[in-house]
Amino acid sequence: MPLLYPLVLAAALFGIGVYGVLARRNAVMMLLGVELMLNAVNLNLVAFDAWFADALHSGQVLTLFTITIAAAEIGLGLAIVLALFRALRTVDVDEVGR
Amino acid sequence: MSLTEIVFLVLAVVAVGSALLSMTSGQLVHAALWLVVTLGAVAGCFVLMTAEFVAWVQVLVYVGSVVVLVIFALMLTRQPSGARSAEVTGNRWIAALVGLAAAVGLGATMVVGFRGEQIEGRRIGTAGSIGDALFNDWVLPFEILSGVLLAALVGAIVLSRSGSDR
Repeated sequence: MPLLYPLVLAAALFGIGVYGVLARRNAVMMLLGVELMLNAVNLNLVAFDAWFADALHSGQVLTLFTITIAAAEIGLGLAIVLALFRALRTVDVDEVGR
Repeated sequence: MSLTEIVFLVLAVVAVGSALLSMTSGQLVHAALWLVVTLGAVAGCFVLMTAEFVAWVQVLVYVGSVVVLVIFALMLTRQPSGARSAEVTGNRWIAALVGLAAAVGLGATMVVGFRGEQIEGRRIGTAGSIGDALFNDWVLPFEILSGVLLAALVGAIVLSRSGSDR
């Protein structure tokens, strides 16, 4: 399989994630965009690991680490969103900035 | 074109399509569920690149828990649906332009840098080999990461506690 297939797919997913983070007003949706970008990174890591046939499995182990970090990030992010909602009764980032 | 490539291209189309639907969907719950499809397709891509263990972790952690957490948050902030729930900002066209520029720039860089390289179908990602690597070569980062995860969970509990007793 050509190495370019996963790399181009990852680039496309990353671009869509950037759009999601920039265009959405709901804070939860912005977090979903961040998750999408992290998944693009994971795809790149696994693709380069498979291409390089690394003896240390760096790419796949780092992918596992990224998934853990992403889980921690979404937990903290959603806790912040909940605190925000409790304080301001909104999760609209445009209104929060006002 | 081999069967692996065909399946990969189908999964890629599914992933990109459902990601687009997720990021443009008008309803938040629909967006979260489309994200499940995207993450599942990415897990399929991992399997095709012989990274089976990562694929299962992806399904367990992302599809199993992260998305459930997101749906919980949508319910708790009491706007799971409704016309206003998933509005986009006024600068959505600029955002689309920036996203397109990022994708095209990254994609062009990858095409220039790695054209013609092939992934060989060696089996590299079984649970046994990843476990060996993780607990022989990567033990210290693994333990530090468990500390980070614990700190994040404690922080999340403190942040989301109700405000009356603070």
